[in-house]
Amino acid sequence: MKLSATTLTASLLVTVIGTLLVIPMMLQWERPPMESAQWGFRGLGMEHIVNPRLAARVKAANPLPTPDDPVPNDGVLVRDDHENYKNVQVLGDLDTAQFNRLMGAITLWVAPQEGDNAGCAYCHNVENMASDEVYTKVVARRMLQMTRAINTQYKAHVAQTGVTCYTCHRGNAVPANIWFTNPGPRQAGGFAASRNGQNLAGQPVPAFASLPYDPFTPLISEPGGAIRVQATTALPGNPGPEFKKTETTYALMMHMSTGLGVNCTFCHNSRAFSNWEQSRPQRVTAWHGIQMVRDINANYITPLAGVFPANRKGPTGDVYKTNCATCHNGVNKPLYGFSMAKSYPELSVPNP
Amino acid sequence: MMIEYQNIFTRVQVHGPDDLGVPMKPGNWPREKGITTNWLLGVIGDAQVGPVYLGGLGIMSLLCGFIAIEIIGLNMLASVNWNPVQFVRQLFWLGLEPPPAKYGLGLAPLREGGWWQMAGFFLTASILLWWLRTYRRARALGMGTHIAWAFAAAIWLYLVLGFIRPLFMGDFSEAVPFGIFPHLDWTAAFSIRYGNLFYNPFHMISIAFLYGSALLFAMHGATILAVSRLGGEREIEQIVDRGTASERAALFWRWTMGFNATMESIHRWAWWFAVLCPLAGGIGILLTGTVVDNWYLWAVKHHVAPVYPFDLTAPVADPAAAQ
Repeated sequence: MKLSATTLTASLLVTVIGTLLVIPMMLQWERPPMESAQWGFRGLGMEHIVNPRLAARVKAANPLPTPDDPVPNDGVLVRDDHENYKNVQVLGDLDTAQFNRLMGAITLWVAPQEGDNAGCAYCHNVENMASDEVYTKVVARRMLQMTRAINTQYKAHVAQTGVTCYTCHRGNAVPANIWFTNPGPRQAGGFAASRNGQNLAGQPVPAFASLPYDPFTPLISEPGGAIRVQATTALPGNPGPEFKKTETTYALMMHMSTGLGVNCTFCHNSRAFSNWEQSRPQRVTAWHGIQMVRDINANYITPLAGVFPANRKGPTGDVYKTNCATCHNGVNKPLYGFSMAKSYPELSVPNP
Repeated sequence: MMIEYQNIFTRVQVHGPDDLGVPMKPGNWPREKGITTNWLLGVIGDAQVGPVYLGGLGIMSLLCGFIAIEIIGLNMLASVNWNPVQFVRQLFWLGLEPPPAKYGLGLAPLREGGWWQMAGFFLTASILLWWLRTYRRARALGMGTHIAWAFAAAIWLYLVLGFIRPLFMGDFSEAVPFGIFPHLDWTAAFSIRYGNLFYNPFHMISIAFLYGSALLFAMHGATILAVSRLGGEREIEQIVDRGTASERAALFWRWTMGFNATMESIHRWAWWFAVLCPLAGGIGILLTGTVVDNWYLWAVKHHVAPVYPFDLTAPVADPAAAQ
């Protein structure tokens, strides 16, 4: 039997359709070469894989800031200059020169734009700087307390690098990466099956998997129990958390992975995720980070619910909160470990 | 014509009078007459389509299957608020979740897993009816029931995942959701929750049979194609009447690996490898959480998992234990 025209046509058609289907798929892939580093004992797959082209893009999106030059002290503390400084509740222990340098820096960090409601006026009534009438001033005061708490109480996470307003804000009034309780798009009510907070496409939090799209509300909105799901003994006997909780923790881990630009083996030995002895020390840092965001979400940000206007709240009325990506912005050490806080030591002292 | 057999695609389509098959014994439905031929199907198999034997079991199985797919599909559609565009766009992500643990083995409200239970019931009924159909049709043709028992091996794994293991665990929240990505995420989460399924010896055995099946399939398919120009595709006759094709194929394997299966035994090899894959897998799943809670720790206990050296200059300890 000779190759008939029909066979030829059919084969060509199949080839063409197949190619057309594969090409858009391939466009989603990252091209080699990748850079890989071995971070554990050989044969365990403890590899860190970096796409240098994507890394360059992340680097461009995370420019290093330039701290303001130091200024000499005026020799007068803010709290002693009653005439010029009123209603300074947090930074009263600063020299007035340092206070003004910090205020200028905060303006550039949070509201650098010019206009009626930007610059100093983003937080202050410029006619009466002491007034609390602009809500952002009340928020900023609490954020200063939060920054000091992070730099003094969470050294296990932020180490000597510390944080400033810039770590999260980067010139934006609202940091680029925040979260709020996500009810997801509308779904049919009545007796239709609930999708149980998962199984949707296009959700960046669980790295576009069908995992739960809001692991933050149950896991990092307030101090609470462990997020651990893995059985702790070889044989049954210690009933662990409900099976479905595994997917919630899994989703949080996916957020952590994308938020820090790392894979699982940055912290874990994936043969035994729960095993601390085989983990990298970074996992301890991450553990303190979870405790830290829970604390700042519950004790510094959520209590401002009455202060924030509706346009600074999620669809269920909760305020914008922090997660790993808020500070990290896709980098395992925010701003590649550059310490802005060193230039503003007044942000690394305990709250009065 | 002979040379055509060297091609890896089917190039020969035999067209003859419609083949209605062997006469039927009493008790069977009359055989359908609807026979047609299809060239495209002839490229991958037999060009003759039909006769189909639907029968009572077939009709009930299709009906139950339709109900199950309908329940799953409509609930997925409801999860995107009845938006057909979103249904198509998000189809691979959409799912139907089993009930939460609090409902145990009881009936859950429709909103919280009741639909999952109902879909599971109808899907199981459909599959079991279809199994009965494969058994009964094989018997009606005077065949052995090997196909039915191979299918039963797959049904065993399905039942363990969705019914038997949840029964042992005491609640349906342990079962697999319906949906493409949801069931894959469940699989990954299942392995994580129970301490890495790779350390489950039955998982290991199952994978060995899975890969082994693929290897055997490739070896057998290639062998028969390679000797088909010598009449090797008539392998069943050659079980008892070895021709030159069979002898050459056998010699090839003895030359290359010292041993050969026979035209008969190769099919037993293939059948057992395929059947043991879900059989062993099902045992491994059934033991997970019921008998072993963390496979990694189990493997350490029984010296299956090797211990690797770690950096003892910077030991890492559970920070929660220090608090």
